[in-house]
Amino acid sequence: MIAVTRSPFKLSFLILLTLLPFLTQADELNAANTAWIMTSTALVLMMTLPGLALFYGGLVRSKNILFILMQCFAIAGIASILWVVVGYSIAFDEGNPYFGGFGKMFFNGISESTLAGDIPESLFAMFQMTFAIITPALIIGGFAERTKFSAVVLFSALWLILVYAPITHWVWGGGWLQQMGLLDFAGGTVVHITAGVAALVAAIVIGPRKSFGKSATTPHNLTMTVTGAGMLWVGWFGFNGGSALAANGDAAMAMLVTHISAATGAVTWMFYEWIKFGKPTALGTVTGMVAGLGTITPASGFVGPAGALVIGFIAGIICFNAVIIIKQKWKIDDSLDVFPVHGVGGIIGTLMAGIFASSELGIFSGQGFAEGISSMSEQLKVQAIGVVATFIYTAVVTYILLKIVAMVTGLRVNPDEENQGLDIIDHEERGYDM
Amino acid sequence: MKMITAIIKPFKLDEVRDALSDIGIHGMTVTEVKGFGRQKGHTELYRGAEYIVDFLPKLKLEAAVSSDALEQATEAIIKAANTGKIGDGKIFVTNIEQTIRIRTGETGQEAL
Repeated sequence: MIAVTRSPFKLSFLILLTLLPFLTQADELNAANTAWIMTSTALVLMMTLPGLALFYGGLVRSKNILFILMQCFAIAGIASILWVVVGYSIAFDEGNPYFGGFGKMFFNGISESTLAGDIPESLFAMFQMTFAIITPALIIGGFAERTKFSAVVLFSALWLILVYAPITHWVWGGGWLQQMGLLDFAGGTVVHITAGVAALVAAIVIGPRKSFGKSATTPHNLTMTVTGAGMLWVGWFGFNGGSALAANGDAAMAMLVTHISAATGAVTWMFYEWIKFGKPTALGTVTGMVAGLGTITPASGFVGPAGALVIGFIAGIICFNAVIIIKQKWKIDDSLDVFPVHGVGGIIGTLMAGIFASSELGIFSGQGFAEGISSMSEQLKVQAIGVVATFIYTAVVTYILLKIVAMVTGLRVNPDEENQGLDIIDHEERGYDM
Repeated sequence: MKMITAIIKPFKLDEVRDALSDIGIHGMTVTEVKGFGRQKGHTELYRGAEYIVDFLPKLKLEAAVSSDALEQATEAIIKAANTGKIGDGKIFVTNIEQTIRIRTGETGQEAL
């Protein structure tokens, strides 16, 4: 994110290390860029609060609505605190290619005049904070309606520090994937693959809801879900457009392709469902939109409008089938389909960034490969390494963390409590008093 | 005195209410209920998973009428609530032993 450098591996890293602090201090603050990233930061926070909270909230049963809303708010608070204390430092302190370090703990060294590029570092750190909020919040969809609140709190905190922050360092903080030339503009690997894979592993480890496959666990309020989806769409302009870290052509193009992919994903899912099941559904259409958004995310700063059409279309088709395969064929109760939508979207988006970034595809051309990479096969190889490394690291560490949490707090509520609903059991409140 | 309990399709409520009003029946109680009869349930589709939903939303309308007005009232309901399609609902008629208006203490026919 700060600089895309490549081989020779060690040399470029040394140059980065020596030059980065110097360069950042030499730049002058750009007011236009600062204004746009401040706006983007607010947009990305709105994606979680209340966008994702409503999107997920409507999908659970009415007895578990606070389970979702409460966790989104609690995670927003916890992730913010941890980001200040140590998360940002692990992700963006210079450190080594795998781990940032502890030099920026408590935002040490960030004053009102410190710059990151040509925007205030305080703003950069907060913009990144909103990403650190939404990523663990995305995971809760995987284990919704059966997991103890205490387990969610502990897991989210550990996960943020040990999975999210290090991978952010690899991809955006000058780490090994960034040095290799991985194209991940706004978080296909960092946000969507990590959240999707963590949700999948958690769904497997925690096990399905009691009623899974036996009785219908239908959404209790799709009005809420569609409202939240609309906020996600708008908020994503800040997520992807803001990831340019400037108010420039890259940001504008990122916003445009984000919109195109969302629209195409939504329409593709709608027609696919219509053809396959006879009815176009509201839930399907907004799910296709989220798939389109998640998939364009890693590619958003690198591809062109026609490439975005293809990416949105492929997102609609593949994520649709992924939902059916994972839930109905594999019988994994990833309750709100986090992996098939975000995980699979992040994977195909990261790979397709390696294709549609090419400047030699005619109308489908993008803005070119990473510095020092000259062919599509070379870029695709780097993208594949990024996907696989993120997938495996996330899966392994998530699994270990869940085992630790199981020993400390336990993971699930008992079947009786699950029947009653987690709002009363965990919070002694009801979402609806009617 | 008779109690008419009619299960009807929700969107037919206004027509049934007007039909009963027209024949001088001005009091009724309506409850949102769920159930099924010959219509059985219907399917719902969420992200490619089809669920069979057994219980369909209906309205339960209760009206207490004098025995003389019973036939006219049931006919009015049947006429207003009928679509000719399966799931139009049912009417149950039961005897009422006593009716008391709480405000005045009137009983029987006077209290209807």
